[in-house]
Amino acid sequence: MLYPLIAGVLFGLYFSLVGIGLNLVFGVMRIVNLAHGDFLMLGAFVAFGIYTAAGLDPLVGVPIAFALFCVAGLLLYWILVPRLQRARDPEMLSFILFFGFSQVIEALTTIVFGTSERSIPSRELANSLSGVRAAIFGGEATNGPFQIFGLSFPASWVVAATVSVIAIGCVYLYLYRTRLGTLTRAVMSRREEAIATGINVDRVSAAAFGIGLGLAAVAGVFAPFMFGSFTPAFGIDATVTSFVVVVLGSLGNPLGTALGGVVYGVSYMLVQTYLSSWADLLPYVLLIAILLLRPSGLLGRRVRVA
Amino acid sequence: MPDTLRHYLFIAVPLLVVLAVLPSVYNNHLLLFNFVIFFILAQGVNIIYGFTGYLPFGYVGFFGAGAYGFALMVMHLNSPAPVAVLAGGLVAVVLGLILTPLLRLAGAYFSIANLAAALAVLHLIANPALESITKGPYGVALNGTFNPTWAYAGAVLILALTLGIVVYLKNSSFGLALQAVREDSFSASMSGVNVVKMRTIAWLASALVAGLAGGVFAWYVSVFYPDNVFSADFSIFAIVFALFGGVATICGPLIGVIILYGIYNLIGFTTPQYFQLIYGLLIMGLVLFLPAGLVSLATRRGWNVP
Repeated sequence: MLYPLIAGVLFGLYFSLVGIGLNLVFGVMRIVNLAHGDFLMLGAFVAFGIYTAAGLDPLVGVPIAFALFCVAGLLLYWILVPRLQRARDPEMLSFILFFGFSQVIEALTTIVFGTSERSIPSRELANSLSGVRAAIFGGEATNGPFQIFGLSFPASWVVAATVSVIAIGCVYLYLYRTRLGTLTRAVMSRREEAIATGINVDRVSAAAFGIGLGLAAVAGVFAPFMFGSFTPAFGIDATVTSFVVVVLGSLGNPLGTALGGVVYGVSYMLVQTYLSSWADLLPYVLLIAILLLRPSGLLGRRVRVA
Repeated sequence: MPDTLRHYLFIAVPLLVVLAVLPSVYNNHLLLFNFVIFFILAQGVNIIYGFTGYLPFGYVGFFGAGAYGFALMVMHLNSPAPVAVLAGGLVAVVLGLILTPLLRLAGAYFSIANLAAALAVLHLIANPALESITKGPYGVALNGTFNPTWAYAGAVLILALTLGIVVYLKNSSFGLALQAVREDSFSASMSGVNVVKMRTIAWLASALVAGLAGGVFAWYVSVFYPDNVFSADFSIFAIVFALFGGVATICGPLIGVIILYGIYNLIGFTTPQYFQLIYGLLIMGLVLFLPAGLVSLATRRGWNVP
């Protein structure tokens, strides 16, 4: 019982990192970024490139991927979004637009890298930190499994969960402690009024879009370790999982996404352990049940009812 | 001549006649059959998205349910194929009734919940625990009913029914009321439109045609796996075809299928990733530059497109 619970929490924290970028983009722009999972996939390629080409710890990929995709997000925002928002039904059209975009990303990645599955040996993650770990927890400077309550978990899970907590903390600080973050929350809650009060909605949205894609890429850095391997086609599944996590939590609230991720991770691990043939069904049933019973998510306001 | 009659005479009848004659002059019957299936699905999406504004991202759920409705009737009750196709339609309508509460959700939430519902049905059917009933993930083989000629004829009949529904929606006060609900449900209900009832009817009609299409698809291919008939490609293709042509019209979705599915068959099989790239770019260009579909090229000039 304890093992699936802890594994669920570790996975769940990681899943909240997977979902949080999507949450930010949808919350601010009412845009459904169906290409979210593909940015995750590209982040995985960053980690893979750093590991194979330069022989560095994939953890180095976290700041690189974030910076790279933040800039890419800013550029993409100005190319795609203002034009999209002039259309009659931007929310629905964004579905289609970003579906097309995810097709383009997937096709280009396939053309460049091929369709083969790639993986990185999990002991390579955070290898450079094993000295630090030995200093704190004692023991030798290896990157073996972690001991929690006498049960051992792969070090990569613990590292991914830790980075996720840090990242979510940063998003929280950004939204609640900086000026741009306050403006972002204003746009999230009342877009029209935010425009009326003179907030530069485009600037706020571009920042949110960049951060959202950056966070997706950061989550992608850990994808090879959490999912075992990755291919250019793995984006769609990652997108659906992100939706489940985001909807479980609630829009515009990073803590909600963290809670959604943990609830999802724990229930997934429990079902996996006790009713494994039904485990695949869980995320979808959970998603529909939450949408119908508590449309605003676990921590949300009422916004979703037609 | 009233519009309804003109639409039947100049759009529906010629298309059906051409489709009925083509198999005797063109050899690739599978391709023709697929065209008919996509005509039906694109018009089915048109019924629910074009006239009510609900984007059914899990539309394939009805298609797959119809295919399995057919398979279960044939496997367990040895029913004749046409009866089983009707049963497939019925199964889809029942699924639609079960999913009616989803219509309470707005915009993207509906689409996501619908996608989750389709995946839930897929995982239910593909569950190894239900192998004795659905054959689980191992697929079904229905050799007894295999008859492509009659299945093709059935598909054309279902297309006729679908076109009939769309022509009716386009020309009736019912269809006009639906579009009023799409534009502004509150004002529509103030003017005496029964919003919930109308949406439900359109939703069930759209489920019915997809279920019938699924049934006739199962009849035609006779050997399939859950992943084939629940492939997200069906939903996405149908939506993109319908949008590309232009929804809430009769010709739009038909034009979309002819052009895009035509391109798909010209270049899709030899180099799938290049096709995917072109397709993705085409979709993005469509959303950014022609959000109301190809027919808007004509409507912008003030021409009336049926």
